[in-house]
Amino acid sequence: MLLGLLAAGSRHGYELKRAHDERLPRARPLAFGQVYSTLGRLQRDGLVAPSGQEREGGPERTAYALTADGRAALERWLAEVEPPMPYVASTLFAKVVVALLVADADRARDYLVAQRQAHTERLRELTAVKTAPSASLDDIVAADFAIAHLDADLRWLRTTLDRVADWHREVHS
Amino acid sequence: MTQLQARGVVKAYGRTPALRGVTLDVTEGEIVAVTGPSGCGKSTLLHCLAGILRPDAGEVSWNGHRIDTWSEAARSRLRRTEFGVLLQFGQLVAELTAAENVALPLLLAGTGRRAARTAALSWMDRLGVAELADTRPGEMSGGQQQRCAMARALVTEPRVLFADEPTGALDTLTGEQVLTQLVRLAREQRTTVVLVTHEPQIAAYADREVILRDGMVDHTGLGLDTPLPGGRR
Repeated sequence: MLLGLLAAGSRHGYELKRAHDERLPRARPLAFGQVYSTLGRLQRDGLVAPSGQEREGGPERTAYALTADGRAALERWLAEVEPPMPYVASTLFAKVVVALLVADADRARDYLVAQRQAHTERLRELTAVKTAPSASLDDIVAADFAIAHLDADLRWLRTTLDRVADWHREVHS
Repeated sequence: MTQLQARGVVKAYGRTPALRGVTLDVTEGEIVAVTGPSGCGKSTLLHCLAGILRPDAGEVSWNGHRIDTWSEAARSRLRRTEFGVLLQFGQLVAELTAAENVALPLLLAGTGRRAARTAALSWMDRLGVAELADTRPGEMSGGQQQRCAMARALVTEPRVLFADEPTGALDTLTGEQVLTQLVRLAREQRTTVVLVTHEPQIAAYADREVILRDGMVDHTGLGLDTPLPGGRR
């Protein structure tokens, strides 16, 4: 991500953090320490290089720019297809499986109902965010991403319950 | 204030039950999504609330007056003046232009031709389809047709808009734009909306979600009758 943000021109650490948080408005904000440690690693690997010093009232700040290797690495990263869900790993998935396995069906149901409600409320919140007249394209794209995942979780929860009901009917008929 | 009310509404098609005792209150200005799997009775509930269908048992009230006992003519008058209906496929009249389609409910209610056209054009303008005024439905995209259908549903400034899968026939982005407009206009006009959908993403546009399952309101959202392993329910 940092290489991508440097593609537009050199930037110092603070600018990179700000650009990251703006472009990914629903992501966890990037910590400063993380920006500098990543820049250090990228510099060590020859993917970025210091491009100048800047001082505006405060401490001196180093700006970084992509090197030719850095640009090549960015292009490779962009061209590389992400493995589509190589492992089915999510706390939600694990919890539902465990909830369905535990002996106390009432407690499992309470959990599923509460989880569904929390998902639905979040879906509504994000829908309000993206339909607000002031929403930026970054806000909308980020909200869309979260909405699509919540929607998938909700469908999966519903289908799982239906499957369990079918299975139960078969076993007990 | 409760504007629409269903009390123990039962409806069957022949021997197939569609609604098995649905109770629901809708407050003025509220946007309520009625959701649930196919065949859960959501469209039937919408038709009963809108006075299109008469329940076999139970009551449907509008502003405190029972409408399920009214004659077809009286319910039809209520639908023309107070209610607007938007279906999945706009169902515009193919032989009429967009503006004529939008003006139709006003003409049926006795508004003069010129005033009806002016109102129609103003609503089409608000929905961004004014330039299609003299176009026939066959020459429009699905999204354009649905915007015209929405203008037609809103042209009488109804107190309640009943929308049955209004974006079901549109691609995701167009559906989203149509729905955003619908919700914005409803809020501006303080129009109550009863929105039937099976999509959680669409239901998220509403203030509240009522889930039907097998013809009954499912308060858990997960199927009250779903047995879980472990025996006890």
